[in-house]
Amino acid sequence: MRYLPLTQEDRADMLSAIGANSVDDFYTDVPESARLPGTVPGLPDHQGEFAVERYLTKLASKNVTASDSAFFVGCGAYKHHVPASIDMVIQRSEFLTTYTPYQPEIAQGTLQTLFEFQTQVAEITAMDVANASMYDGATSCAEAAVMACRATRRKKVVLSGGLHPHYAASTKLLCEAQGIEVVQLPAAIDGELELAGAVDDATACVIGQSPNVFGTITDMTPVADAAHEKKALFVSVFTEAVSLGLVKPPGEMGADIAVGEGQSIGNSLNFGGPYVGLFAATQKLVRQMPGRLCGETTDAEGKRGFVLTLSTREQHIRRDKATSNICTNSGLCALAFTAHMTLLGGKGLHDLAVLNHEAACDLADALEAVNGVEILTPRFFNEFAFRVPMNAADALQGLLDRDVVGGVRVSRLYPHEDELSNVIVCAATECTTPEDIAAYASALKEILS
Amino acid sequence: MSMNSQGRPSTPVATGSQHDTETVSGSKGLYQFEPLIFETDRWGKTGVDLPKAKGTKSRLGGVERTGKAELPGLSEPETVRHYMRLSQRNYAIDLGLFPLGSCTMKHNPRLNEKMARLPGFADIHPMQPQASVQGALELIDELATWLKTLTGMPAVAMSPKAGAHGELCGMLAIRQALISRGEADTRKRVLVPASAHGTNPATAAQCGFIVDEIGADKRGRVDMDDLRAKLEKTDDVAGIMLTNPNTCGLFETDIKEIADLIHEAGGYFYCDGANFNAIVGRVRPGDLGIDAMHINLHKTFSTPHGGGGPGSGPTVLSEALAPFAPVPFILKDEDGFRLVEEAEEEAKESFGRMASFHGQMGMFVRALSYMLSHGADGLKQVAEDAVLNANYIQAKLKTVMTPAFDGFCMHEALFSDKFTAEGIETIDIAKALIDEGYHPMTMYFPLVVHGAMLIEPTETESKAELDRFCGALESVARRAAQDDDTLKGAPYLAPMKRLDETHAARKPVLKWAPPAPEQLAAE
Repeated sequence: MRYLPLTQEDRADMLSAIGANSVDDFYTDVPESARLPGTVPGLPDHQGEFAVERYLTKLASKNVTASDSAFFVGCGAYKHHVPASIDMVIQRSEFLTTYTPYQPEIAQGTLQTLFEFQTQVAEITAMDVANASMYDGATSCAEAAVMACRATRRKKVVLSGGLHPHYAASTKLLCEAQGIEVVQLPAAIDGELELAGAVDDATACVIGQSPNVFGTITDMTPVADAAHEKKALFVSVFTEAVSLGLVKPPGEMGADIAVGEGQSIGNSLNFGGPYVGLFAATQKLVRQMPGRLCGETTDAEGKRGFVLTLSTREQHIRRDKATSNICTNSGLCALAFTAHMTLLGGKGLHDLAVLNHEAACDLADALEAVNGVEILTPRFFNEFAFRVPMNAADALQGLLDRDVVGGVRVSRLYPHEDELSNVIVCAATECTTPEDIAAYASALKEILS
Repeated sequence: MSMNSQGRPSTPVATGSQHDTETVSGSKGLYQFEPLIFETDRWGKTGVDLPKAKGTKSRLGGVERTGKAELPGLSEPETVRHYMRLSQRNYAIDLGLFPLGSCTMKHNPRLNEKMARLPGFADIHPMQPQASVQGALELIDELATWLKTLTGMPAVAMSPKAGAHGELCGMLAIRQALISRGEADTRKRVLVPASAHGTNPATAAQCGFIVDEIGADKRGRVDMDDLRAKLEKTDDVAGIMLTNPNTCGLFETDIKEIADLIHEAGGYFYCDGANFNAIVGRVRPGDLGIDAMHINLHKTFSTPHGGGGPGSGPTVLSEALAPFAPVPFILKDEDGFRLVEEAEEEAKESFGRMASFHGQMGMFVRALSYMLSHGADGLKQVAEDAVLNANYIQAKLKTVMTPAFDGFCMHEALFSDKFTAEGIETIDIAKALIDEGYHPMTMYFPLVVHGAMLIEPTETESKAELDRFCGALESVARRAAQDDDTLKGAPYLAPMKRLDETHAARKPVLKWAPPAPEQLAAE
């Protein structure tokens, strides 16, 4: 076995040094009926590197990649270009094969990148502080809801009709397990401001999203004001981090907590994971936050260094009183995010956002020109919803047959909203070419004619 | 004589005095000083080349950002150098033995990295039509089959994103099962041993359960008398969360009786699978009577820890809990593989959705690559070598350090601080180990052992490496026993001296801020 350095001779020497006859001696505490006589039945034996590579490559080749086709799928994950240097950085063994930085004297590499990550996330969301990452956007959103309940000592949260249904479901799950009431506003393409009317004296927080799942962007300042008037918190969600380069960020709308998905910056699509949840808040709420926080300090000689801090919030210290049960987060994805942000800078993020927006405007123009297509999203960044005069699933299959992966049928996200069954959400990014857009428009024209 | 005929061979020259070890640049030989990215002159610049925007169109409807995000953008050479230099301040498995107990820091095969980067896995979208991702769904299904077979369990939930998220999955399944029995409001008590990982009580609390701690006996196992006493009242018991092998590195000898007792009480058995590496391929947890167990793919199945994730925590479930598994999951029918994404119809008893999408695909590819490489025979060998290595360390150090318990251990060796002189603590030994070139062991955990030192070498260390490590730790342990107070200042040879964590927590500085004007004037 190529990954096991011990030889038979080593094993024999070691057993005799230990004073054991065989490894079976170590397993005598296992109930006899549970000791397998040989290997686990029903599984093949070991294989060489080449055989494994051949098998997995064959599986991979059965999938249509986002680069193989004209590709317009969004709804929470986005096809962006990842610079080659990012993968080099995250493949450095010292980052890839290390643990959570519990021993700061020999983990300053990871810690400094986390401190830079937190600074970048705080700046692009326009919030005071950010943590060192969560699993993904949906889990960040769920944690924000329970954090708001902790901070306000209230037990009710209100979700907008444009919050990504997967985020809403994850939030509902965690809240209900803790006896928190969840109010879900009806699905609405342009309804984020409805939250302002849904907040009452029992509400811990209202959760709105911009750009929302239909791509609609909204200045949610009135929602924040309404929430604050009732001493509730406003949680601002985003699934497309690149939008923060151009669109009003949570901190400019009065958000108390900002959560979202960071995949768009530095991370591949990976069929849904691993991704990186972003989590930021106001300074006032810092001690209520879940997850790791990296802070500045000095060493015994007075030199600046970084450590994990405020760990009395966390499970390994506080156990059942912790702010969250999270332990491992998304360290390496956060590294990819921060390395890409380091290349981009504020200017690059803005320029990238502009390209995304223009590609989406071009796409909207082209689709709008197709007979029967109706664009439904009134204001958008790089993603919008449109109606076709036929079942959306059939339209998307027709597009796929013509090498266009056209987006997400809304019925996949909202199986019970019949009036949305012919609506498609599509996204464009800097990777979208004029040829892709032309291919989309002409394929759709063919299908609808 | 021409200049180069002899070259300029260097020869050590004796000098009278020691050279000052401080330098003007802050760098020291190969060790390069590296400031924060914010301490550069790259503000307002960018390190990417993007095509020019046309600047003609907008459908933003006035919802623009007003203040620009102010962040420096470094060029590619500066960026690469920044991270290269920072990387050299990190310890890593690829540098040396990483004996963190309960963390299973084993070698991360490079084939796995290569496979996860195949565009057919890395460049596919979770919401693209399912007909276009049949290979990805097949891979998840194949990995699920391996996990079910290795654990002897009938079902597995693939979406949990890490170990603690897997715990959440298992406990939510238990909660849902209690709801279906109409007992969710009465059965609130979850038994958790004092030795448990902090995530166990935290998870139970997150699911609305009340934690009831059970003690350990003198052998480091669950105190059965305490357990029986806590189960005298049964109608409020939801279940037990137990790590096996436990956090003392020992197999719970009474595990089947524990399973029977909890089931008789009407509760469920959650097993924390963090230590599965000790028994993988040799023992199936399903044969022990458990109802749920998460599997840390980033421990037992070698996906890299990445400095704190991403992990992956698929959770196997018994027949009793399987109907309540989260969505999405994969079904196979005549048309191929498909995802069930809503908690209705085929998943009408499901407790719901835990995450944005289908799970940690990137980790799934790596884990399956690892499993296929090892096979059933190799995985058995993994467990045996991991346990052999830990027992070898325990045997070599038991005369200089104090083993916490008698007898053989499983995959990790646990020592208490009894052997140290007064005033020398576990942390001093840990920091001195850094000077010897090793990452410290897990310290002060589990909580049931005073000054605990938990050492898990894993199976991917050679005998020669174990011997070197034991030699280093033995010498540190002897110094600790002899009250060598220079240990209190360790580490001396790391990039940083001991860091002040108390100061960091008192007035937290969690992001970079521009220096105040008066400070700038002083410079």
